[in-house]
Amino acid sequence: MSKYRNLTTAALLAATLSTPALAGGLGLGRAALPEEIAAWDKDVRPDGVGLPVGSGDAIVGEEVFADKCAACHGDFAEGVDNWPKLAGGMNTLNRDDPLKTVGSYWPHVSTLFDYINRSMPFGAAQTLEPDEVYGIVAYILYSNDLIEDDYVISNENLAAFELPNAAGFFVDDRETTEYAQFSAPACMENCKDEVKITMHATVLDVTPGDPTDGEGAPAGASGEGGAAPAAAEPETKAEEAAPAAEQAAPAAVEVAAADPAMIAAGEKVFKKCAACHKVGEGAKNGTGPMLNGIVNSPMGMVEGFKYSAEMAAAGTDGMIWDDANLHTFLEKPKSLIAKTKMSFAGLKKPEDRDAVIAYLGSLGK
Amino acid sequence: MSNEPLNDKAMIGTTRRGFLAATAATGTALVANAASGATPDPLITEVQEWGSGLGDGVDANPYGLPIRFESDVVRRNVSWLTADVISSINFTPIHALDGTITPQGCAFERHHSGAIELSKDDYRLMINGLVDTPLVFTYADLERMPRVTRTFFLECAANTGMEWAGAQLNGSQFTHGMIHNMEYTGVTLRTLLEEAGVQPTATWLFVEGADASSNGRSIPMEKALDDCMIAFKANGEALRMEHGYPVRLVVPGWEGNLWVKWLRRMEATDAPVESREETSKYTDTMADGTSRKWTWVMDAKSVVTSPSPQMPITHGNGPLVITGLAWSGRGAITGVDVSMDGGKTWKPARLAAPGTEMALTRFYFDHNWQGEEMLLQSRATDSTGYVQPTKAQLREVRGENSVYHNNCIQTWWVKPNGEAENVEVS
Ligand code: HEC
Ligand code: HEC
Repeated sequence: MSKYRNLTTAALLAATLSTPALAGGLGLGRAALPEEIAAWDKDVRPDGVGLPVGSGDAIVGEEVFADKCAACHGDFAEGVDNWPKLAGGMNTLNRDDPLKTVGSYWPHVSTLFDYINRSMPFGAAQTLEPDEVYGIVAYILYSNDLIEDDYVISNENLAAFELPNAAGFFVDDRETTEYAQFSAPACMENCKDEVKITMHATVLDVTPGDPTDGEGAPAGASGEGGAAPAAAEPETKAEEAAPAAEQAAPAAVEVAAADPAMIAAGEKVFKKCAACHKVGEGAKNGTGPMLNGIVNSPMGMVEGFKYSAEMAAAGTDGMIWDDANLHTFLEKPKSLIAKTKMSFAGLKKPEDRDAVIAYLGSLGK
Repeated sequence: MSNEPLNDKAMIGTTRRGFLAATAATGTALVANAASGATPDPLITEVQEWGSGLGDGVDANPYGLPIRFESDVVRRNVSWLTADVISSINFTPIHALDGTITPQGCAFERHHSGAIELSKDDYRLMINGLVDTPLVFTYADLERMPRVTRTFFLECAANTGMEWAGAQLNGSQFTHGMIHNMEYTGVTLRTLLEEAGVQPTATWLFVEGADASSNGRSIPMEKALDDCMIAFKANGEALRMEHGYPVRLVVPGWEGNLWVKWLRRMEATDAPVESREETSKYTDTMADGTSRKWTWVMDAKSVVTSPSPQMPITHGNGPLVITGLAWSGRGAITGVDVSMDGGKTWKPARLAAPGTEMALTRFYFDHNWQGEEMLLQSRATDSTGYVQPTKAQLREVRGENSVYHNNCIQTWWVKPNGEAENVEVS
């Protein structure tokens, strides 16, 4: 216990935190059923414990990946814009701004299976079949040049597969490498001869300001993910960061009839869409098509956007985004277009859908 | 209304440009007017509207929010950090708060797949794995268990993580705002786990949330049984949705990512799961490219919250309150020192109350400011004798790429005009 705290603390906590000795005698809760445990207990460990039966190779995986993952993670798992990169970055860990990917950084393939199986695709987690996950795992390893495209990954061999950085981790050693030197008596006087300012935050100027300031382009800035946004990115980033209020401005003039409170509420709901859809002046296609003037327009017709076959066909067949179709689609995208590329769980509340449709309707072409 | 300009000033005072404009326009005039006393103050000599008419009735706000003059005291995010706001983070406005308790409404949020709406009726908590009886609890079951109330800070391991390679963000909200401190009410994990009967071979506890990210993490059983708890109340009221309503995990002194929100399952195991959040993320890469894992505990740290870039000195020379926060995941704060010359000399600050284990401590330093330039720093010492290090000391051990666990001494350069900037010093 001394690893976590000294003895006095433990004693103190024992007094405040421990509850009357009960030895499991409350009799609260009920036994969990095997089906319930099976439904929730999905975690997979490095030794392969927890893997479901199944298999897949990169050839199959590529198809699923292109369909369900590439919109954010790129065709070759190399990442789009600021979305996570899953491939590349080999031998960069000891350089400035290392690129940490499955190939360059992750210690275990089990983690990849576990995470995709449980949490991806973003917005439609827990919808993949085990074979699809094995296939995607193979495709991501293939994209990192770690296997050939016909190499089959299965519950039999996944745990034995060794990733390049498997040996690159060690258990927290602050106790031996830091605590002694950081526990010297604190200096109070004459602690140094001279003090000079060596760096100013205003040089980078990446602090979010007031709305009229426009958000700074983060040239050399580095975030939680560690990687500095690429030099080529500031343009897109600045655009994405443009305050929503500005984007909505031209629209408000056009539909004086619509309820402004509703439009404002819709603008808030639209934050859930903004990761994939841009609106307002100069909006470009991103993960999803730009949505200016989409209400009552034909489906799948925004120039330059690569729609799913089904969405494109719906447009050719003359289907339009009227109120009813928008409601169905936004409640559950797949209920209208079964194989749509839009991986979004849907807006459950009718009032959210009404609001976002009003907001979209307020945007001119 | 004469107090309006003051409010406007605060609103635009977050940027350098805004601050200068505001001082020029209203700041000095206001100070002169209030302080000089040469002409009678109409706020005193004339009957004011609020002193004559009537205010709002009792039910005007069944649940009250801060008065509109405080509308700038809000969470803010840094949009370029993440691709979207669903998997993202924002920051507590620590620069504008005082005391130690963080109001839930402005306590920072970090989600990996958005804040979900989960009702008490739909809530289930499962305990399985190496236990005598795998169990399922409803929310109502949890409310019938022996209860505890304790105050702890929660700090994201990435707090100050953007400052490793150099001074970057201008404001304590952005450099140190991934922290909050609340009084939690709930049930200890010991009570819960004893209900299920943990087997002797169970050395780890895997915990996960009900949201799409699940945010699974492995915690040593020793820690789980020692002082961890589940919380359903914070600061006396139900948790907010964004903090895991109806139930979250509390892991005192350890990094915020372990405090799983919307907690749905705890599995007793004999090995860590090594999930994405404990391999790809929340591991600290050293200069040589190898990485520390399981760096759970948050080391002692402090920051001056005011004056700071978002809180310039606007009152001119004379009495100045220098204040800030200190905390340690390894014990209680025993002292905080303040330096005004970039670390050449230090003086002890006054603690608002004696430090408590793994909770925020407020410190004050009363200073007679004569418009001198200051390189303002604070330095915390905790009950283990650990003294908050400089950034140079940390870099010497870890390099600049470790992203997480940056507990270095922060420097604000306060200029003669009262404006402050985030800087690094030699
Ligand atoms: C709409 C965008 C989107 C789609 C589509 C998507 N992801 Fe992700 N993915 C994300 C985001 C955002 C994260 C980071 C989540 C977080 O911060 O917790 C992520 C994280 C990941 C990670 C972990 C990356 C790391 O370095 O830790 C993997 C692996 C991954 N996704 C795989 C997939 C796979 C496989 C699919 C398809 C089945 C997929 N993703 C679909 C957005 C997406
Ligand atoms: C994870 C990314 C993502 C999110 C989040 C998302 N969309 Fe989409 N959206 C797409 C993609 C991709 C398509 C193209 C679908 C296709 O081709 O099948 C699309 C298509 C659409 C279309 C049809 C456009 C056309 O040109 O026919 C509409 C309307 C739409 N989305 C609205 C929304 C709204 C409103 C939201 C938020 C409530 C939202 N989307 C959230 C990715 C997304």
